[in-house]
Amino acid sequence: MTPREEGIENTLLQAIADGRKCLVPYITGGFEGYLEAISAAAEAGANAIEIGIPFSDPVMDGPTIQAANDMVLSDGITPLQIINEIASLDVDIPLAVMTYYNVVYRFGLERFASNLSEAGISGIILPDLPLIEASSWKSAANTKNREAILLAAPTTTQEHLKKICDETRGFVYAVGLLGITGARKELAESAKIIASRCKEMTEKPVLVGVGIGTPDQAVKVSKVSDGCIVGSAIVQKLLDGGGPEAVGKLVSEFRLALDND
Amino acid sequence: MAMTEPINNGRFGNFGGMFVPETLIPACQELEKAFKEAWGSEEFRNELSTLLKDYAGRPSPITECERISDELGYKVLLKREDLNHTGSHKINNVLGQALLAKSMGKTRLVAETGAGQHGVATATAAALFGMDCVVYMGEVDIERQKLNVFRMRLLGAEVRPALSGSRTLKDAINEAMRDWVATVEESHYCLGSVMGPHPYPWMVREFHRVIGLEAYSQCQDILGADPDVVTACVGGGSNALGIFSGFVETDAELIGVEPAGGAAVARGIPGVVHGSLSYLLQDEWGQVLEAESISAGLDYPGIGPEHAHLAETGRARYEKVNDKEVVEAFQLLSRTEGIIPALEPAHALAWMSREREYLSGKTVLLNLSGRGDKDATQMMEVLG
Repeated sequence: MTPREEGIENTLLQAIADGRKCLVPYITGGFEGYLEAISAAAEAGANAIEIGIPFSDPVMDGPTIQAANDMVLSDGITPLQIINEIASLDVDIPLAVMTYYNVVYRFGLERFASNLSEAGISGIILPDLPLIEASSWKSAANTKNREAILLAAPTTTQEHLKKICDETRGFVYAVGLLGITGARKELAESAKIIASRCKEMTEKPVLVGVGIGTPDQAVKVSKVSDGCIVGSAIVQKLLDGGGPEAVGKLVSEFRLALDND
Repeated sequence: MAMTEPINNGRFGNFGGMFVPETLIPACQELEKAFKEAWGSEEFRNELSTLLKDYAGRPSPITECERISDELGYKVLLKREDLNHTGSHKINNVLGQALLAKSMGKTRLVAETGAGQHGVATATAAALFGMDCVVYMGEVDIERQKLNVFRMRLLGAEVRPALSGSRTLKDAINEAMRDWVATVEESHYCLGSVMGPHPYPWMVREFHRVIGLEAYSQCQDILGADPDVVTACVGGGSNALGIFSGFVETDAELIGVEPAGGAAVARGIPGVVHGSLSYLLQDEWGQVLEAESISAGLDYPGIGPEHAHLAETGRARYEKVNDKEVVEAFQLLSRTEGIIPALEPAHALAWMSREREYLSGKTVLLNLSGRGDKDATQMMEVLG
């Protein structure tokens, strides 16, 4: 089985067993050049890639990802188009999509899971679908052997965190700060705290996302976590017109920093 | 059927729920618990009742309207929420939430606003309780509701423009939720309608139940009977649920009136946005569509989940009117009764005016949820 077929959890666990930190870049689906950007990020050493499917009302996203979102939506690009394009993409690392629950709900839960499966997309992240509302989606995803990745927040209670860690698949998406996506000047104290709380709960990979914008921040947080997700910093490269090349270059810098530490 | 406490994580039948990022789950659960305790506490109830009476001016009267009754050919009663402090029903909910937030140790209120009525009410409560206040308002709405923007600033609130998407109410809610995600420890999100994640649809309805309770007993005094029809405008739907709650167990027909450009029930597609599952204007991919209405307060693509439930079970019926009918109703009430309505309740009046034949011989109670001063500038342009 190729890593893409192997899925996210197995692939990340293997990397961790090999003594490496996991790097998951986020790229806005449907954005001009995004397929090439995914390939570039994969070649630059990403362990998995998270691809955003733009939604009209992204309440967890900050200005950078919103801006990329709006451009894709105004081009009239549909979720199905993005999924189909990813299907034909030749990369050999596991992929996840990130979108909001209404996109999945409108699609039909089982149909969505089924389309992901056919497209070779292993994981899915839905930031507005908390664990207490996730049971229908989780069972639809499980039926098609998709990995429903759950988020854990700094405010999450200990008892609830245990359930999230038990029920997530792929990895635990530990939200690094109180707030929405976007690069910050400093790494939030809360990032290491939530990472360590999750690590005490589970053997599954724990990755921190939201507020990780520089290789230095990635290194710092990954001393506690198994790695991180980098979103806005990468999407900013696309917004600046840097294209796949700039994305690949930035991912390499993160990779290098994580590997050298 | 009764309008009771929702079960199973805030479900009204098939609708409702708590669809928010994990970050907000503890806040929603804490709020649910705090509200439940407060609502069962005589002390809290008394404190709120005193505020509603001595500060907001409740009870609001019911006016029997002879001249418009003659004009329409049936008996018209108005529940005068326009006479409340700050000019609309919104104050009922805001005083309740601010009191609750204060008891929970929150120091900052965050709110969204469309027409500005909820923003003004929130800014008012924040001033009264000495709390910080940030109100998000779509850039488009800031332009068409300048007077309310000025009032909010005068009251000490910071008004922040929502610049994303359609730059109206739905985007102001997105911004308010983003703010809340980042400031949840010190902030209370003072949501302005019967929407959002549990416990908001339930809590906001309970804070507006006072409208229905008063109206029910006033109708008994005036009519010695229940009205045949109870009607209200519906954006998110808080004033409608307030008045419906007093009559849901009677035989009165309950009619919610939506703007034609934002008729979530009429198009009837369930979806999840802003924390709950309800009817939603959306395209085939689940992207939320922009509502269009002359009234900023009803410019919302969704509807509170309990309305979806009332529609699905048939206990309430939802009708729609267009902007032209609304403008006519706005003038009709001004001319016949000396009451300038807000554009929002003018929607329900527009339906009443259109359905003269159907309503002939009946008694109709309209929740006049707000006054029209805020719409004067806009209407000057429309009417020339």
